[in-house]
Amino acid sequence: MEHALTSQTRIGEKPRPKKNYLNETTGFWSWAGTLDHKRIGVMYLVGVLSAFFIGGVFALIVRLSLLTPKHMLFGRVLISADTYNRMFTLHGVVMIFLFIIPSVPAALGNFAMPLMLGAKDVAFPRLNLASFYLWCTGAVMGVTSMLTGAVDTGWTFYTPYSTTTNGTVSLMVMAAFVLGFSSIFTGINFVATVHKLRAPGMGFFDMPLFVWGIYSTAIIQVLATPVLGITLLLLAIERSFSIGIFDPKLGGDPVLFQHFFWFYSHPAVYIMILPGMAIISELIPTFSKKTMFGYRAVAYSSVSLALLSFIVWGHHMFVAGQSQLATVVFSALTFLVAIPSGVKMFNWLSTMYKGNISLETPMMYAISFLMLFGIGGLTGIFLGTLATDVHLTDTYFVVAHFHYVMMGGTVIAFLGGIHYWWPKMTGRMYNERWGQIACVIVFIGFNMTFLTQFILGSRGMPRRYYNYLDQYQGLHAFSTYGSWVLGLGLFITAAYLLASLRKPYDAPENPWGGSTLEWKTSSPPIAHNFEEQPVLERAPYDYRPEAVTF
Amino acid sequence: MMPPQGSEFAGEVDVVYMALFWLSVVLFLGIAIAAIGFAWRYRYKPGRVTPHQTHNTTLEIVWTVIPLLLCVAIFFWGLNGWMKYAVAPGEAMEVQITARKWSWAFEYPDGSRTVNEIHVPVNKAVRFVMTSEDVLHDFFVPDMRVKHDIVPGRYTEVWFTPTVLGTHVVTCAEYCGKGHSDMQAKLVVDNDADFQKFMETGGTEWEDYKNKPAEWGKLQWERKGCSTCHSIDGTRIANGGPSWKGIWGKMETMNDGKQYLVDAAYVEESEFYPNAKVVKGFDPIMPSFQGLLRSHELQGIQAFIKSLGNDPNAGPPAPTVLSLPPKPAPGQPAANP
Repeated sequence: MEHALTSQTRIGEKPRPKKNYLNETTGFWSWAGTLDHKRIGVMYLVGVLSAFFIGGVFALIVRLSLLTPKHMLFGRVLISADTYNRMFTLHGVVMIFLFIIPSVPAALGNFAMPLMLGAKDVAFPRLNLASFYLWCTGAVMGVTSMLTGAVDTGWTFYTPYSTTTNGTVSLMVMAAFVLGFSSIFTGINFVATVHKLRAPGMGFFDMPLFVWGIYSTAIIQVLATPVLGITLLLLAIERSFSIGIFDPKLGGDPVLFQHFFWFYSHPAVYIMILPGMAIISELIPTFSKKTMFGYRAVAYSSVSLALLSFIVWGHHMFVAGQSQLATVVFSALTFLVAIPSGVKMFNWLSTMYKGNISLETPMMYAISFLMLFGIGGLTGIFLGTLATDVHLTDTYFVVAHFHYVMMGGTVIAFLGGIHYWWPKMTGRMYNERWGQIACVIVFIGFNMTFLTQFILGSRGMPRRYYNYLDQYQGLHAFSTYGSWVLGLGLFITAAYLLASLRKPYDAPENPWGGSTLEWKTSSPPIAHNFEEQPVLERAPYDYRPEAVTF
Repeated sequence: MMPPQGSEFAGEVDVVYMALFWLSVVLFLGIAIAAIGFAWRYRYKPGRVTPHQTHNTTLEIVWTVIPLLLCVAIFFWGLNGWMKYAVAPGEAMEVQITARKWSWAFEYPDGSRTVNEIHVPVNKAVRFVMTSEDVLHDFFVPDMRVKHDIVPGRYTEVWFTPTVLGTHVVTCAEYCGKGHSDMQAKLVVDNDADFQKFMETGGTEWEDYKNKPAEWGKLQWERKGCSTCHSIDGTRIANGGPSWKGIWGKMETMNDGKQYLVDAAYVEESEFYPNAKVVKGFDPIMPSFQGLLRSHELQGIQAFIKSLGNDPNAGPPAPTVLSLPPKPAPGQPAANP
């Protein structure tokens, strides 16, 4: 499979500068006190991938325990029910609050967006560093909670179980509170950056679609996260001072908690998927060497998803005890929110049509995304449909659905984005052959793990179960084997990516023939991004031969 | 892919499910074939120039409107099925569920109670009115395709009409802590004859107390309302009756001056004909429990009162094992059930 390293990518390329943002200054404080969005992005990347590793270990423990109905391995009980309940809770908490919410915006968005806008940095570099330190603080609080009693409530902290169980619940929810501010600050920063720091000649509809996605995400981050913050604060207050907000024994309402919680957490899933979709909108035109089909439709769909995401939260509560009228209305609105995602899917496929497609690792991840997010989105229909949701909610069907959209969607896109921008961020090319192999292993392992869970759920296997009836063992065992394959694929990915860092710089400015401004500077970029303020000369994704200037 | 269908509603849900399944298969294959097909058909050739197709507004409208219409149709189809689930018919038999960590307590209209096992008659609608003693739980019967959360501090409902005889699994579907995955119950769908037999014995909870009749009796003292008027610690409750403490084996004086031994027969008569003998100093206000006490419950009360005696080993005998009365011969009147 040949690289898309055509002579097109070499036009205008200058010799590699001696100093770049990585080696310009050295020492701990040059990183710990940096205001450079690229360094902050790299630190975030290290942080969120570490969180991904920890959350992944919890997942492997959960799946190992589920290998047999009596959670036994070699004749001995692996972990107790209390430990199991902590494992799945921590898996969720770590993956959602420490990994996936920050992942694309804070790591890749921070790094790439100012470059794509032709800017020197984000609008508020100090606020950016503050976001990172808030993330670190939340991480330390969360780890402390894990080590001093941990939490067994599920990542959703439903009351009154969470207000009455023992464990370090208050510390954990306050960790999420702090992480929420990290997310809010990032959102504020990105909105301001997009509005104020675009290069001359770049109107809103000349921005790369990655920026539209990150921008839409930022709107949700700013509007929704405060609701979670207050909700978790109220939970901590109720636990500490026995004020009856959510516990009926104190005069509170458990369903109220669920409304507050999901009012954030539904938009939150769009904080997770919009950046992933934003990456796909970069990968597909670039690796098809063809202009993006339906640019405006895709841009508008990002914003409309952000707005629509706020009015469907009750679809998590169809059997929770909300009113019947609310249930009907939320189901109807949920179908509405499916439409913009479909629009994107059709436009991505139309972009590939009659393209000139090369299958480097980022593109393989993009194609994986189309299939896996396709399954995830389609299975959402079963859950939005009232008659079927009654049976399927709170079962493994839901677990499979959200893993397909969050992992098969966002994580796969994140991996595609990491590979795409790896040469730009690190100045090195990773081993392409291993990249493609690992992508296939990840794809196979992911499907082995989660596809059978749709069947488990349809057959009545509830979620968050430590024991299960014997009849479910075959599918559970298959899922556990899948988790090992998936783990192997991710481990290989980490290995060759880290190995590439030991090479000298070998990445050209534009290894993929990309059309957006970050490819018009060296790999890695110099500290202030561009030698001179770039002016937009080429519309994004314009692959007409006369338009290709870099 | 779905469990056996235990009701007509289950059949209807499965039709919707399978339709969505096939729709998803078709759409997924469309996506996969397009993505992989295009990647193959238009694989990279150096020097090839791609067409500059920026957009097609008609296409955008078409692939927005058609999915929208499809979504509207599916929404109404789902709503239709859900409305049946949401409204119980008026003639449904009501069963109360009290869920708690980590077991299920069921109570029938006649007061019969069971724990972790429930019998319902086939082809008759049954409606469950549910509450929790502690945290959220969820009553999920996969074979019936119904579930609903059980919320402490309020009542929630779920109903179905079982159409298939046999035992079905009930499983808690809202995380409730350590015993969440052990919180199962058996739903047994009986034909009418078997269901009648089950109801006559007042449920199956008593079987757990077969060898502990005094404990069973104490539960009845709490549940049947005895505790409202009769204390067990010797204190006299205002406007109530005599305390049960220390009365077993006593010669008690009634308000007409006559004396009677407090034994099993005395207790039974007091339950069913309370005003036949009224203890001196008390008013004839005790209600009758005729038809409200099963034989094993009466046995429990007898054993319980004996256990409150000054010397529980002294005095007349009380039941030591709970049992059901023998079935009467045909033509003979039934004993008090």
